[in-house]
Amino acid sequence: MSALAGSAPAAGSAPTPARSARRVGRLEPAALAGVMSRDVAIFGRYWKATTFSSIVQPTIYLLAFGLGLGAAVHQVGHVPYKQYVATGTVATAVLFSSAFPGMFNTFIRWQFQRTYDAVLAAPVDVEELITAEVLWISLRAGVYGLAPLLVAIAFGMQPEAGMLLVPFIAFVTGFGFAAFGVTIAAVAKTIDNFNYVTSAVLTPMFLVAGTFFPISALPDGVRQVAQVNPLYHCVQLVRDASLGGLGSADLGHAAVLIAFALIMWRLAISQLGRRLID
Amino acid sequence: MLAVARHEHQPAGVPAGGHAISIHGVVKRYGSIVAVDGLDLEVPPGVCFGLLGPNGAGKSTTMRMLTAQALADEGEISVLGYELPRESKQSRLEMGVVPQLDNLDVELTCRQILMVFARLYRVPRGERPAAIERALELANLVGRADTIVRELSGGMRRRLLVARGLIHRPRLVLLDEPTVGLDPQVRQELWSLIDGLRTGGVTVLMSTHYIEEAERLADTVAVMSNGRIIAQGTPVELVRAHAGEKVLEVYGPPDRLAEVSELAAGNGWSSRRSGPAVAIMRAETLDGLAPEGALRPANLEDAFVALTGEEIE
Repeated sequence: MSALAGSAPAAGSAPTPARSARRVGRLEPAALAGVMSRDVAIFGRYWKATTFSSIVQPTIYLLAFGLGLGAAVHQVGHVPYKQYVATGTVATAVLFSSAFPGMFNTFIRWQFQRTYDAVLAAPVDVEELITAEVLWISLRAGVYGLAPLLVAIAFGMQPEAGMLLVPFIAFVTGFGFAAFGVTIAAVAKTIDNFNYVTSAVLTPMFLVAGTFFPISALPDGVRQVAQVNPLYHCVQLVRDASLGGLGSADLGHAAVLIAFALIMWRLAISQLGRRLID
Repeated sequence: MLAVARHEHQPAGVPAGGHAISIHGVVKRYGSIVAVDGLDLEVPPGVCFGLLGPNGAGKSTTMRMLTAQALADEGEISVLGYELPRESKQSRLEMGVVPQLDNLDVELTCRQILMVFARLYRVPRGERPAAIERALELANLVGRADTIVRELSGGMRRRLLVARGLIHRPRLVLLDEPTVGLDPQVRQELWSLIDGLRTGGVTVLMSTHYIEEAERLADTVAVMSNGRIIAQGTPVELVRAHAGEKVLEVYGPPDRLAEVSELAAGNGWSSRRSGPAVAIMRAETLDGLAPEGALRPANLEDAFVALTGEEIE
């Protein structure tokens, strides 16, 4: 005990300056790293389960859709259906590995475990806390977004240099959806409220995005709605990058994803900030 | 070294003549509820300051305002010379907080938790291992360093919570009900830990609704009730001012107790029901009118009840 007590910075140093030499600012890397180090420590306990499911899930999608539906549908446009599904599954994986942790982790850590109370009592502000949490989720989504492509390559898909862009696309998309999840957690009254979002927002979002079937076949109205779905732009970008078809339209897709990420980021901070600080 | 800090009365970081904490005219409302109602409080550096009050007096809200996790509707707050909420992050860098509710990460080990908070508090990389060892020693958890929090006892968890708030050697520590819900032995351990902090020159602001805790640890006690401070002084001063020197306890069946209460009210004596007895304050001033009973020295509980009208749990 005396070791700590004796180490009080005050000890025997009367004429020192009135204030600490270290000044804190806004969005400090040290604060972000501190919050993320907690996520990393927890991930150390779960990485096996996460990795397992991120490999097994796309395998099942590829088998079910690729072999099952693929027997009837050989290609969409000029894309072989197996590759169509493999690239669509990347977007699905990114959506689920970012929106769900955004909603559930946030709600549990904030309401049940009160972790965020502890973090905000340290020199970390709301903006840093949320940015770090979203950043962590999206980094993970970026890495695991590659899993479906690796599975597809194992099934015989041709590797393509453009695939190296996929982690970045997955990261930006994941950032937007993680922040979307945080925003939902901030406005949800109970954890059961997430059911509304999952069934009414996320499910249609993941189906009507050109993941397993093209949106061009849909009625006009639905197609226009699908075009504002960020996941649609993620799918297009991933598909073009993975199949060697990047073009000028992809700049538009990238712009939509970046805008979505930025808007959701600020929204998550303002919404959760309102609830964290009373 | 310890002694030096203790007697300087001007720890570094607090402006000359300044207070470690200064709160002026602070009001905090939640809807129609006024949790803090014109609070004035000044905590000088180097003391253990006890904020004593019944549940719902506004102590926890006050604690939350000191970390800017709640924002005051009116009034001014400064902590370690920094204006809140504008410079709150800077003040949080230099102080430690031990919350009332256990918010440890149950999935992590003691060492992992201390490492995360060493980073959050910007302990330089090279100093982190030593800071963690020191905190583990302080919390008496060296043998449990790699145990997951879920597997710790309640007392161990509380000690870890304290160690976590001290990882960066803060010069101000906020303790919100540090021993609530703990058994007496664990409480004693924490008390000596808190007393050790004060001895080391750290300013401590502790909220509590345990009178014995305030009496044993605090140099100065402020009694809080309905969102404001209603009395302040050393425990001895408070007892003298609000309960006198001696208290007369009269025991008897319920009828007799009712009679004594009436007698006290009739004579204008301050009295209260205290378990199976009626306690009459300032027994030294009763002269010959006093009923028969047992005299004992007045204590802080008497003063607290006289001040707040609250019964003790």
